[in-house]
Amino acid sequence: MRFFRIALLVLKKDFAIELKSYEILSTTLFFAVSCVAIFSFAFVKEGEAAVDAAAGILWIAIAFSGTLALGRTFERERYGETLKALLLAPAPRPAIYLGKLLGIVALLFVTELIVVPMVAFLFQAPFFERPLLLVALLGLGTLGYAAVGTLFAAMLVRARTRDVMLPILLYPITIPVIIAGVRGTSALLASPVDEPVATLWIGLLMFFDVVFVTLSLWTFEPLMTE
Amino acid sequence: MMRRVYFALVSFLLLAAPAFAQPSGQSPSQLDGFVPLDQLPPGEQMPAAPLLIAAYAFFLVLMMFYLWTIWNRLSKVEKDMQELARRQGGATR
Amino acid sequence: MTTRNRWFVPVLVLTAVMFAYSPIAIANAPYEVTMRLVQKIFYYHFPTWMALTVTVTVCTAASLLFLFRGTPLADRVAVAAAELTVVFGLFGLVSGSLWGRKAWGVWWQWDARLTMAFLLELIFIGYLLVRKFGGPGSDKLAAAMGIFGGATAPFVYKSVDWWRTVHPKTSVVMTLIPSMWYVILFCTATFLLLAALILAARVRLESLRAELDRQYLALED
Repeated sequence: MRFFRIALLVLKKDFAIELKSYEILSTTLFFAVSCVAIFSFAFVKEGEAAVDAAAGILWIAIAFSGTLALGRTFERERYGETLKALLLAPAPRPAIYLGKLLGIVALLFVTELIVVPMVAFLFQAPFFERPLLLVALLGLGTLGYAAVGTLFAAMLVRARTRDVMLPILLYPITIPVIIAGVRGTSALLASPVDEPVATLWIGLLMFFDVVFVTLSLWTFEPLMTE
Repeated sequence: MMRRVYFALVSFLLLAAPAFAQPSGQSPSQLDGFVPLDQLPPGEQMPAAPLLIAAYAFFLVLMMFYLWTIWNRLSKVEKDMQELARRQGGATR
Repeated sequence: MTTRNRWFVPVLVLTAVMFAYSPIAIANAPYEVTMRLVQKIFYYHFPTWMALTVTVTVCTAASLLFLFRGTPLADRVAVAAAELTVVFGLFGLVSGSLWGRKAWGVWWQWDARLTMAFLLELIFIGYLLVRKFGGPGSDKLAAAMGIFGGATAPFVYKSVDWWRTVHPKTSVVMTLIPSMWYVILFCTATFLLLAALILAARVRLESLRAELDRQYLALED
């Protein structure tokens, strides 16, 4: 229980800092919105947006704004040298990782609350036919992406070329998660809704999440020690 | 040399095969639109030999290049070590 | 001090001879019924990916050892294996593409096997990039990449069995006729020997570099 208490403490700390200025939230939201806008313009033909692109654009926006959020969150830690302080605290390292992960996931969830209706509106896409499946897809996909992202962003804090390295390292590993998310979402947008396919991808996402979170929890400690 | 002759012969046979296959003209019943490779007109066929040769040639080039980079780096390190040993030998004299 | 292994030269000679013989063996192998000549790319394509499987396993194991035990030799083996993975992967992708151009009519397809294989290649290119440009501590970062890359590798292998893809299934190799089977076995053995040789040479390079750094530091004292 102490493990989860510490994770929640880290989460509360991040919330407290963020609630003062909303800096990361607002910049991530705005970036996600402009991302969707740019991609939508790219796929417009004769004044109409291509419906098939909706799923892909949604997940690209999540992936890109996730990268930004990760970079900004750990940049803040690096600037205040608070990461070192966190690691010096007598707390199990995986609990710290979990706390940071929950913070990133919460941030991305808020982003998705804005982006999903926006994409649905711009593309006339029937996102809300199966809301539970959509929530499952988004939740599991975001968790898998954030799990690997938090690990890599944390370990890149000390590296020299951290800003450019994060996408280079993160994207190849999380592309399976993004593919699963996109294909699952496309299945949900098909008419009629292709439930078995969506459920298949949700199952695969669950599998990815288990593997990635386990690996990340396991390797966080040795990676963060000098 | 023999390999080149061999491949030239095979490519010629592949390209000339449809000329020999035309008279038999079997029409496939279940597979609509599917034409066996031998019965395709030469214009639509893709010669396999250039692809095959390109694949093996690429392997050769890639391996040679990679082995060359390893050999390069090894000789540079060995040169540096000799230089260092020379300097140390000169310093302690 | 790193001494040269006495097996190196004999194995090198053996591998060179085997490589020299392989075109003859391949030319003498019977034609496959549907794909005929272009199928002969298989005799290098398949061994490449087998060698890559070995190097990925070595890299992942070495990365784990380095991350959790801190053994310097493990780090050197991991770098060597990652470099080999990128080289073998590059040839595997290109040879597959050339074969696919004839067999499937397209240079590339976004099916499960090809996509995952391409991702594996990208992950290990990322490994090499992070080692080169990551700055201090990049060896641990790269070890993490190696571990995640190793977690992806089984998916690459099994993807053709789980999804309907344009790529042949894993069961095809076991059902080859004997005259083809001997050739593919020979070529696979050749490639594995080559991988072992290059791995040994590359690890020796890293060990020499480490020794050089040690001597430079000793000189400064």
